[in-house]
Amino acid sequence: MPYNPTLVAPMRAEVTRLGAKELTSATEVDAALGDQKGSMLVFVNSVCGCAAGNARPALALALKHSVVPQQVVTVFAGQDIDAVARARHYFGEYQPSSPSMALLRDGEVVHFVHRHQIEGRSPQSIAGDLTAAFDRLFGATV
Amino acid sequence: MSGHVFHPGHAELHGITVVVETTGSLTYVGRYDSEDERGVLMLDVGVHDAAGGVSREEYVRKSAKFGIRTNHKHLLVPANQIARITKLGDPEP
Repeated sequence: MPYNPTLVAPMRAEVTRLGAKELTSATEVDAALGDQKGSMLVFVNSVCGCAAGNARPALALALKHSVVPQQVVTVFAGQDIDAVARARHYFGEYQPSSPSMALLRDGEVVHFVHRHQIEGRSPQSIAGDLTAAFDRLFGATV
Repeated sequence: MSGHVFHPGHAELHGITVVVETTGSLTYVGRYDSEDERGVLMLDVGVHDAAGGVSREEYVRKSAKFGIRTNHKHLLVPANQIARITKLGDPEP
């Protein structure tokens, strides 16, 4: 059962103010991921503490890097059920977890950060792994 | 972050994804919740039986890379079956 939207709104805003486009329906997910070209980060947001204390701050740090994905989108697990389910369809064999982050290039998942790689780690450590993936996989700035 | 407890007031592994190896052919991968004399309570758990042909090591490797294929929301691993508990590590590059 989704949380009160008022409680969740700041958690959404923390990501969208970084420039991420929020996808709240399966239709919006299909529009963004259906024929995806170039580089993209999909951030699966959630209400849990490891999203608040680890994943969202890590995303903020990583998006300050000199190399970043051309597009950043976000879906909210537990809140926008259909959107998240549809996004996970595009993740192929990568299993659902939240929070999590998928890096796509031309529609293919090329790197995935699972919840177990976020929990208990500092935002700086997670961001370091992310930016290393940006450099390795994308190597082009927006 | 040595000494850091993910959720204050809980055991060090609370909320952390772990691999619970047993004395038999079963391996459990999921979130550690708590532990007492009965065993370990885990959430969002994948259970693997190496007797099916896929080794424990291969199952853990795939879980680290592709995530956990969950088949139990929660379960208790009996204390007398537990051989080792480790954190699920990063996948190999």
